[in-house]
Amino acid sequence: MTPQSIALNRFGLGYRRGDALPQDPRGWLKRQIADYEPSPKALAGRAVDGEEVARVIADTADFRAMRNAAREDADDPEAAAMMSKERQQDVRRSLVADIALRGRLALESDTPFMERIVHFWSNHFAVSTDKAQVPLLVGPYEFGAIRPHVTGYFGDLLKAASLHSAMLVYLDQWQSQGPNSRAAAMRERRGRPERGLNENLGREILELHTLGVDGGYTQEDVKELARALTGWTMQGLPAAARATPQSGGAAFFDYIHEPGMRTIMGRSYRDTGAGQALDILDDLAVHPSTARFIATKLARHFAGDAPPESLIDRLAKAFAESGGHLPKVYEALIDAPETWAEQPVKFRQPWEWAVGLLRAGGEMKLADRQFAIMLRELGQQAWQPGSPAGWDDREATWAGANALYRRVEAAERVADLLRLEDVRDLAEAMFPGSLSDTTRQSVRWAESNEMGFALLLVSPEMMRR
Amino acid sequence: MIDRRTMLAGSAALAAASLGPRMAFARTAGEKRLLVLVMRGATDGLALAAPLADPAFRTARAKWLDTYADAPKLDGTFALHPALAETGRLYGAGDALLVHAVATSYRERSHFDAQNLLETGGIRPFERRDGFLNRFLGLLEGSESPAIALASALPLALRGSNPASTYAPTTLPKASEALLDRLPDLYAGDPQLAGLWQQARQTEAIADASDMDSLGRARDAGTLAARMLADPQGARVVMMDLAGWDSHANQLGMLQRRLTQFDGLMEAFRTGIGPVWDDTLVLVVTEFGRTVAINGTNGTDHGTGSAALLLGGAVRGGRVMADWPGLAPAQLYEGRDLKPTMSLEALTSGALASHFGLDAERVMRSLYPGRTDRPTEGLIA
Repeated sequence: MTPQSIALNRFGLGYRRGDALPQDPRGWLKRQIADYEPSPKALAGRAVDGEEVARVIADTADFRAMRNAAREDADDPEAAAMMSKERQQDVRRSLVADIALRGRLALESDTPFMERIVHFWSNHFAVSTDKAQVPLLVGPYEFGAIRPHVTGYFGDLLKAASLHSAMLVYLDQWQSQGPNSRAAAMRERRGRPERGLNENLGREILELHTLGVDGGYTQEDVKELARALTGWTMQGLPAAARATPQSGGAAFFDYIHEPGMRTIMGRSYRDTGAGQALDILDDLAVHPSTARFIATKLARHFAGDAPPESLIDRLAKAFAESGGHLPKVYEALIDAPETWAEQPVKFRQPWEWAVGLLRAGGEMKLADRQFAIMLRELGQQAWQPGSPAGWDDREATWAGANALYRRVEAAERVADLLRLEDVRDLAEAMFPGSLSDTTRQSVRWAESNEMGFALLLVSPEMMRR
Repeated sequence: MIDRRTMLAGSAALAAASLGPRMAFARTAGEKRLLVLVMRGATDGLALAAPLADPAFRTARAKWLDTYADAPKLDGTFALHPALAETGRLYGAGDALLVHAVATSYRERSHFDAQNLLETGGIRPFERRDGFLNRFLGLLEGSESPAIALASALPLALRGSNPASTYAPTTLPKASEALLDRLPDLYAGDPQLAGLWQQARQTEAIADASDMDSLGRARDAGTLAARMLADPQGARVVMMDLAGWDSHANQLGMLQRRLTQFDGLMEAFRTGIGPVWDDTLVLVVTEFGRTVAINGTNGTDHGTGSAALLLGGAVRGGRVMADWPGLAPAQLYEGRDLKPTMSLEALTSGALASHFGLDAERVMRSLYPGRTDRPTEGLIA
């Protein structure tokens, strides 16, 4: 691969039809950090702030109350079932629109490297739409909490993501309660069933968001963080109407918070209410284990499944020395010689491949629903990794026989929709100076432009970066 | 446009007719079949098979005991979760063996490390790149690929040097033969893509006119797995994931749904595979168990020991196999979890060796290098 092709394909999301080729690949990438637009025009019509999140939560609570009233008070199970069905369709429609919006942002972006970075962080702080409530929250989560923080400090990104309502729902935090909280005491007095601690979010913050599984924490640290996190719940919940609003639609409800000092990784934290968890996250964000963990994941994403240690060292150093200032880490990634290896280093994930296909065609010919179905068939539905660890970032997960077959089917369908006429020139622009003779000849000898484009989309050059 | 089903049926017949000896899935020596189901997310073994006779269980899980009021008794100690009607029927017929208080050698509580070890058979997470099931393929006679994962990507357990393929049903329009014919040339200089492409064509031919459009439907998945294994030209080993067992909150409803799905899958599989059931072993495993105590959100948190299931016509079933450690506080692992008294690695290697007629020590060494557990005996008739 030439530096031009590396900048376009390894760092970016592929060449966009009609664009000029970057003449100064490193400079082109670095300018994108400054030019990055967290709220591009395409997002203008989508409310994604905390108010919207709170509205969604309140709306869901209202819906449940109405449906339950139909089912139980009015004893009309059919009406209740119809309401549930209509609700599901609305939720699905909203999610599909957000998935397509994500695709359009990637297609239209003039800063494709930074879009990749957004996708990286969204996957690092993964939520998954197979859990109820997440489908309506994941759009506001990525568009409203991840996007604005990818060019700031990691600590701010961490707090915005790990304590967003989408994450509080996904990892069951919103209903976790301190065993010694006022709520617990009240329930005991009234003989109500006990509620208490849920350690899910506490564990995943340590294991997946910050230190990494080998980062040096213990089961007791998990418990302590879970205790500190009690009280973090959501706006829009009738039961927590007195809670203090926080960013991202979250709320802090002192009534369910576990009182007392917490000790995590050998450090003590005074009980300052909501501030206690924030203080802990601030320290975790700059912990050396976190620097190393983030550096390793970034290196693996851009420089291969088994990235050179020298690159991890470089990125961890940039992270540590800047206190987790992310642009410094991205610059180190661009400056590092290890990310410019001539041979392709990664198998493209289905999402990257699908976006690459849109950009090569230059326009979104697929309807929202068709785009979402295509992603599912390719094996990587947006925002549905099925696990808080996010999608795996290693070749063996993606280079499957069936996955390849689906790409062939999708490529032909899109090629037939687009009916391009300049496929041979496009091939040279997509992989400048890097197109193999085999692919060039396959495209040239194809019986039609459509077949030429389909072959180009499933060529070895397009499968890897 | 030509309907996809018609196309598939037509092209599959054509492909089957034109497959040379290297292309077809050869029928290797032996008739034994294996289905591996991985419940990802850590299944609560104590809910799957509840030790009702253990007083500590009745105390810790008091508010959930109603679930088992009419549940089928497995023996004097355990009752099966009531969602598992078909599984219970198979148990009654002697075709299902329940193993309890079992775990891999992993003793931390990360899903991702635990699943990695469950699948690689390694001792430390992420030290091995190949899967235990792939290494097992190497022990089977015959060199052609007999393994398929019902997934769009190959799960770690099947990755490695022995060929294994993937299949997931699709609703995409079928690609044209004209395009398919061009691909071998396009991949001529690329061994990886050429190999994947060849596997993909083979699997498409076996899956044939599948009438399901999504793996999300459990019964359809059971039927498809049965079809793949029952077909004489089909697979010898099939692996499938069942996701969604991480019951941190509102466990009762969640497990009711998941176990119902699992049971429906088993019923469809049992029906679909017909007489081949007698030569089939179904192995159901999870990465670890869950806390004995109910947590603050009506769920359970990550634990250690769990349960496993062996099903099939040749399984010495109709019983629970467990060296029950007890659930009193002093009997728990680290004061919170069911203490494992059996090794999942020993269980797996014992079952596979016995089912396929292989030397158990050799299977153990190959699947789980560095382990000293003795493979479990007496699992298969």
